[in-house]
Parts: sequence; C-alpha cells; structure tokens
Amino acid sequence: MVHSVDIKYYLVLAAVLFCLGMFGVLVRRNALVVFMCVELMLNAANLTFLSFARLNGDATGHVSAFFVIAVAAAEASIGLAIVIAVFRSRGTVNIEEIRTMKH
Amino acid sequence: MSIEHVLFGVFALLTVASAVMVIVAKSPISSAMSLVATFFFLAGIYVLLWAHTVAVLQVLVYTGAIMVLFLFVIMLLNLGESTVTGPRVTLARVAGGVAAAGLLAVLVTAIWRIPSASTFTGSQAMSQGFGTLAVIGQTIFTQWLLPFEAVSLLLLVGMVGAVVVAKSRI
Repeated sequence: MVHSVDIKYYLVLAAVLFCLGMFGVLVRRNALVVFMCVELMLNAANLTFLSFARLNGDATGHVSAFFVIAVAAAEASIGLAIVIAVFRSRGTVNIEEIRTMKH
Repeated sequence: MSIEHVLFGVFALLTVASAVMVIVAKSPISSAMSLVATFFFLAGIYVLLWAHTVAVLQVLVYTGAIMVLFLFVIMLLNLGESTVTGPRVTLARVAGGVAAAGLLAVLVTAIWRIPSASTFTGSQAMSQGFGTLAVIGQTIFTQWLLPFEAVSLLLLVGMVGAVVVAKSRI
C-alpha cells in the first residue's frame, strides 16, 4: 500500500495559485503581466482537474486539462496580438492609461 | 513520511515562491522567467499526480511555445522596468489583496471539509495504465472527438486572428 499525499493538499495548492493569479490580475498595471497571471489561474484550474482525476482514477480530468492547455495557447496568441496592436496605437501597455473601452 | 511527501513539499514550495515572484517582479522579463519556473515545478506536481502526459504537454506547450511568445512580445515592445511612480499601497491594491485573501479563505475552508479519501494508490494506477498517453488518447478519440476537432479549429482561428490583429496593414 503506497501511502500518498492527501488530495486536500493538492487542492489547497491549487487554491493558493488561483488566488495569487487573481491578486496579480487585480493589482498589476502591465497588460503582459496581467496575461501571465491569467495563465497562473488556468494552471490552478488544471491542477484541480488533475487532482480529482487522480482521486477518481478517471482519465477525463486529463482530457479536460489538455483542452484547457489548448485554449490557453489560443488565448495567449490572441491576447498578445491585441497587446501589440494597442501598443502600436497608444505607445503603452499600462492598462490604467488605456481608457477607450471604459463607460 | 514517504518520498512523495518530500517531493510534494519541495515542488509546492517552489511553485508558490516562483508564482509570488511573477507578481512582485519589477520588469516583465523577470515575471516571464519566474512563470517558466512556476510551470516547470507544476509539471513536477503533475507527475506526482500520475499525470505524466499532461506534465509533458505542460513543458512542451507552456514553457516551450507560450513563454517564447511572451518573451518575443516583451522584447518586441522593448519594455523596460515600469516607470509608473505612484504610491506603493493604493486603494485598488488593498482591495485586490482583500478580495484574493477572502476567496482563499473560502476555498480552503470548503476544501478542508472534503473527507480524506485518497485511496487511489500507486500500484492500482500502474495496473490500469492511468495517465499514460494510450489511455488519454483512447478517451479523447472515443468520447471527446468533436471537442478535439473544435479545438483544432479554435487554434486555426486564433492563429489567423493574431495575424489580422497584430498586422498594421492587410
């Protein structure tokens, strides 16, 4: 009998990562760093999927993680393209100076 | 106290430390490099969860492709250290900290009520081939074929969209 780490610790680690990512999204002003924090949150979600996959012995959680990774790749490409376009027209990536879409 | 506990502790500590570095680092380059470290240590955690295939995908796709894209964009935009000089502790930062801490408290409280049921042991997993590429591939191509094709379409649209948005003249 292999004595393994309790599932709770994996879930708490995922919660900590998610909240760190959320904190970064809320307080950082550089759009690129905000994107990186979104990636952190996606990884926390992946960790939760994989923990429950391990708990239930079900490969569906791994498939979900695979899809999350693929969607994150698409999101990163589009998001960075938008950052480049905004930087070209405004000359900044500071999200507090970009107020066009407010109101 | 098995080797798995030790490895989990080390990887979890390094993951959280490098995730904190992503947020507090001044230059975007440091943030990106810390994010690479976070993904590597997280891949170690995935291996501990018997998700070898996802760990390999993590290293290939995240640290290989996405982070190269991030570094490429940072260097293309030629961003230095942030020149914004304002108060270090603003109302928005305090509110963000409170929101994140509140969510963390709620999540940890909920997680701690889960009954301990980590019965999925290593030997069982070995016999079922859990986490191998064969099992995951079989699951994808029997039950999730349509989402798989949709993801390929999504990546194509993402690629074309990135070119359209980032290009100055078409």
